[in-house]
Amino acid sequence: MSLATSTAGVTNGTRARLNLTVAVVLAVAALVAPFMVYPVFLMNVLCFALFASAFNLLIGYVGLLSFGHATFFGGAAYVTAHAAKVWGLPTELAILIGVVAAAVLGLVVGFLAIRRQGIYFSMITLALSQMFYFICLQAPFTHGEDGIQGVPRGKFLGLVNLDDNFSLYFVVLAIVVAGHFIIWRIVHSPFGNILKAIRDNEPRAISLGYNADSYKLRAFVLSSALAGLAGGTNAIVFQLATLTGVEWQSSGEVILMTLLGGIGTLAGPPIGAAITVGLQTYLAALDFPVTVLIGLIFVVCVLLFRRGIAGEVAAFMRKRR
Amino acid sequence: MFCIPFVKCIPLMALYSQLALGLINGSFYALLSLGLAVIFGMLRVINFAHGALYMLGAFVSWWLSITLGVPYWGALVLAPLAVGLVAILLEKSMLHRMYRLDPLYGLLLTFGLTQVIEGMFRYFYGASGQPYPAPDALQGPLLLGFMVLPIYRAWVVVVSVITCLGTWLLIERTKIGAYLRAATENPTLVQAFGINVPLMMTLTYAFGAALAGFAGVLAAPIYQVSPLMGTNLIIIVFAVVVAGGMGSILGAIITGYILGLLEGLTKVFYPEASNIVIFVVMAIVLLLRPAGLFGRAA
Repeated sequence: MSLATSTAGVTNGTRARLNLTVAVVLAVAALVAPFMVYPVFLMNVLCFALFASAFNLLIGYVGLLSFGHATFFGGAAYVTAHAAKVWGLPTELAILIGVVAAAVLGLVVGFLAIRRQGIYFSMITLALSQMFYFICLQAPFTHGEDGIQGVPRGKFLGLVNLDDNFSLYFVVLAIVVAGHFIIWRIVHSPFGNILKAIRDNEPRAISLGYNADSYKLRAFVLSSALAGLAGGTNAIVFQLATLTGVEWQSSGEVILMTLLGGIGTLAGPPIGAAITVGLQTYLAALDFPVTVLIGLIFVVCVLLFRRGIAGEVAAFMRKRR
Repeated sequence: MFCIPFVKCIPLMALYSQLALGLINGSFYALLSLGLAVIFGMLRVINFAHGALYMLGAFVSWWLSITLGVPYWGALVLAPLAVGLVAILLEKSMLHRMYRLDPLYGLLLTFGLTQVIEGMFRYFYGASGQPYPAPDALQGPLLLGFMVLPIYRAWVVVVSVITCLGTWLLIERTKIGAYLRAATENPTLVQAFGINVPLMMTLTYAFGAALAGFAGVLAAPIYQVSPLMGTNLIIIVFAVVVAGGMGSILGAIITGYILGLLEGLTKVFYPEASNIVIFVVMAIVLLLRPAGLFGRAA
């Protein structure tokens, strides 16, 4: 059983034309956007888009629901912030160390979690991420409730001053696009095809001679590393790493973004991230509690449109053809 | 004094009191993981909302007390009934749609419901706790000779043990329990014998939820009645359930108590790790016996 929807069925020609159009529109939008909208908000959306896409790599293409992805996002944020502020490392190196830390965390969590399947996998990832939360709460270098504040943005490659929001925006854009390109390559590689085979029928993949556990673990580490890339970048943008990043609520949010946008679609998670971050930002001013709204969207998505926005659009186009 | 060589020596009194505290925490772990196991066995749904239902039980008893003056003993009956009723509404309106789907959707739905319920309570009552006193009859200390235990805490341990054993007997030794176990194995066949399986599923969910509500009433005088009391607990209970394996009802109960005691011991010898010890045990169990202490291999 899998949660993903298949997008097969749209002919290659239509698809290529459509993809090209969408890519051009997106590229123009991404270049113009910082002049229309507050760049920090956009960078937040971009980071969460990458986070959701990294999460989707697991749920959409391997069928694993990780309920603890905040560990990798928030953990990398701490490490990047610490590396940039305390060790005084250049920005790009600090982010890279955050990615490595997230990958190592992913290796440990993944190694334990893939020992069970289905719903147990989710419960184990949730429990381990709660454990990581408690460790962050007590470890001295995270500074407990205060978090790591005043992280310097530094200069990108020693040249571009990132204190300017516009410069930083384009660096973040480049990082996020690169992250998505990596995900796209993984999904469309032979490795990605084996992941999908495991998602669709694990016993069959095993009987064909594939070591399913090893593939799952590698996918888990890749997904955590990419989530770490998003988390580390986010820490540089806000110059801050706090406990919020490692809370279970953050793990829930990234699930919601992916579910809302469309599990198992490449376009879905960024769409879901943009909507969720937008709602959070603009509702923060209102009195209405954001968690209630997030919960309601969750319930509606699960009950009524499990394919998510991108999945529904793809299904609609298939029908119209 | 009690000593572990090369580690630490502590007064016996402190050891006993932490063990008692561990036993009380263990009682709640056992009651909640029992409810989760019963629901999962029948519905194949991991009820993330279990923590929220537990919180609801505590809040209903607090609310009954301040608005209608219903005493603790009344709340002990009424609050679980109210929570069970809420559970029936949830099951009938939403949860039953999840049975045909991947079990992950049940987890996601109940997660969303938890966010809604908790968010509403936090909105109306704030994050701080409401005090709820223990009844007069259970106030005061119990002198055991080797230690002093508040009577209410002893009461919680006794009641939870009785409830857990009662539930186990109900499921393993009665006709209703036999139907339940049969329907867990093969719902289609049981339905063909003329038993109303959908009704049984609704009632099972309500029963599991009522257990959580009952635990909430028991917890109200010990912990503060707060909107956040449930969720942090439910994640620990998940770890308990993974460590114990959900195959067996008795396994869920025993693991709950053992891990509660272990947590109490950790508070004595290495308090910094007391928050994470249950998760560490879960990880070790996963390494050595992936199916869980009492679980059958899938």
